[in-house]
Amino acid sequence: MAERLLDVKNLSTHFFTHAGVVRAVNGVSFSLDRGETLGIVGESGSGKTVAALSVMHLVPDPPGKIVEGEIVLKGRDLVSLSDDEMRHVRGNDIAMIFQDPMTSLNPVFKIGDQIAEAIQLHQGKSKREAWRMAAALLAKVGIPDAERRVNEYPFEYSGGMRQRAMIAMAISCNPDILIADEPTTALDVTIQAQIMDVIREMQAQYDSGVIMITHDLGVVAQMADRVMVMYGGRTIEYGPVDEVYYNAHQPYTWGLLGSLPRLDETDKQRLTPIKGQPPNLLLLAPGCPFAGRCPYEREVCRDNFPASEIVGPDHGVNCWIPLQERLEIRAKLPRFTARVA
Amino acid sequence: MSPILAVRDLKKHFPIKTGILKRTTGKVYAVDGVSFDIDEGQTLGLVGESGCGKSTTGRVVLRLLAATDGLVKFDGVDVMKASRAEMQRLRRDMQIVFQDPYASLNPRMKVKNIIAEPLRIHKIGTEAERQRRVHELLETVGLTSEHAERYPHEFSGGQRQRIGLARALALNPRLIICDEPVSALDVSIQAQMINLLEDLQNELKLTYLFIAHDLSVVKHISDRVAVMYLGKIVEVADSSIMYTRPQHPYTEALLSAVPIPDPKTERIRRRIILEGDVPSPANPPSGCVFHPRCPRMQPDPCTKVMPLLESTGGGASQNHVVACHFPTRYASDGKVTADAP
Repeated sequence: MAERLLDVKNLSTHFFTHAGVVRAVNGVSFSLDRGETLGIVGESGSGKTVAALSVMHLVPDPPGKIVEGEIVLKGRDLVSLSDDEMRHVRGNDIAMIFQDPMTSLNPVFKIGDQIAEAIQLHQGKSKREAWRMAAALLAKVGIPDAERRVNEYPFEYSGGMRQRAMIAMAISCNPDILIADEPTTALDVTIQAQIMDVIREMQAQYDSGVIMITHDLGVVAQMADRVMVMYGGRTIEYGPVDEVYYNAHQPYTWGLLGSLPRLDETDKQRLTPIKGQPPNLLLLAPGCPFAGRCPYEREVCRDNFPASEIVGPDHGVNCWIPLQERLEIRAKLPRFTARVA
Repeated sequence: MSPILAVRDLKKHFPIKTGILKRTTGKVYAVDGVSFDIDEGQTLGLVGESGCGKSTTGRVVLRLLAATDGLVKFDGVDVMKASRAEMQRLRRDMQIVFQDPYASLNPRMKVKNIIAEPLRIHKIGTEAERQRRVHELLETVGLTSEHAERYPHEFSGGQRQRIGLARALALNPRLIICDEPVSALDVSIQAQMINLLEDLQNELKLTYLFIAHDLSVVKHISDRVAVMYLGKIVEVADSSIMYTRPQHPYTEALLSAVPIPDPKTERIRRRIILEGDVPSPANPPSGCVFHPRCPRMQPDPCTKVMPLLESTGGGASQNHVVACHFPTRYASDGKVTADAP
């Protein structure tokens, strides 16, 4: 069995704002093994980014606070760590790639400075040595003419190259876990394909665990071994990627899959959107966050959030609809039957 | 049937001005010789990566930007030569829905005034009639008449996009240019908007020029698809044909780069990864603009001669046109008969 890198149990991160408490992440659990990719998928406001930021202790406090839960990295609880201790964990053990490569690099420092800084800080190398390593890393992530380009500023890089530089920075200290938060959302598809390739190569080379946060079910299908679907701050379904795509049990997962136009579809099928609007996180009821939009909602859904029910190998779902009824409903969904067949 | 919109050799070059004297030192070839037709009631999808000139094309067609050269004919009328009065008449028939639902609605205006503004400008109806029309339009796009008294900030992104669509529909246009109308929306909301656009097209016999970078969405909604690269159209075909029998190497790479939300399909797909980035439109490559990234490039003729957009006979039909010296050819059974040199 692969080494367990990360265990997050019952994590809740809330934001205490003037308007009220925003329950951005609400009792979420997940784990990550060495060499595997976990996809966290959800729409805006589902809590996927806050869940990842909580692991890194990067949630702005105030107003944000981890109110409950454990984050165990290789046997060590991160929640109680001080800022200083955490600074050592970030970079060395866990590194993060952000969505927007335009704003996550400092425009007034050379690319080389920004990568070398992490190497000097975490590995205690000399400046000269760190710069040499920075150039080597840039070459490794596919920046042409890296020896020269390490001396350039972010504005001289294209969007795809900036994201490569971010990856170089993230892998500079050989972290066990790489968290990629929508790493290709700001990029064009042909550049996205290049970046996904780089992430896969780096993962294979360093045998790291990758957490891929995205709203794109295509990216998850391509990259992930396991997937967790989030909605309104909750995990509503998780499992191996094939299980969740071909044997989904949660109406929200069905809704997501039915909403997507597909490139490989031969005859045009009408999309089945999810009705209504995403929930206001300030006004979340104690029940299932999807209740208001779920076509199969019943009374119990509004009052309590269902416990996770195991429906397959490592496949869990949170839903009040009884199993048998769920399977009957699913069998009638046009998109779903077409997909399984 | 003659097309409702005919565009011929359309060009839009932006001057690059430098120095305190603002002398023109170069040109950005944003749109450089684009031609296409759209039949009434049909949808033409215009796809391409950022900076390829697709949005500029939409704006020049509406004369929101003056063209550098070329011809745009709407229902037989030359849009480029229309007088002010004629242009005002034309604008009733040609409307646009913008990408950003946050920037395209005036935050200080009530929804009823936003939607009634085109009616007021074109002096249609009395105030009471306009209010009735606003309520009717709100229902048409799936909102209710209560929404008329609210301000844009009270709405979610998906609802704002519906308001923008209601405004575009106010004058009963025949052509709507949809400039990335669903890109800013979450998948579940995106599907609602796509279905709404399809329903309205059927009910009102609308013609769409649908500009987007998401190939899955474009394929789903379009009858025909035009692929743009660096200011030029490189391929046009019926949408199902484009996806099963692409002839241009750029189209092939673009299609292969789009992740499909199906893990099993993703595992067996062959991906064509293009090298490098899109060149600057201020200094486009000689010959075929795609040649620096093309896997099939031959120094002669690709770097010397610009290929024309024409039917090569190797596609599925006469109206499948491609601008490539070495297009992929298909036999009648769909097999590739001739590939790269």
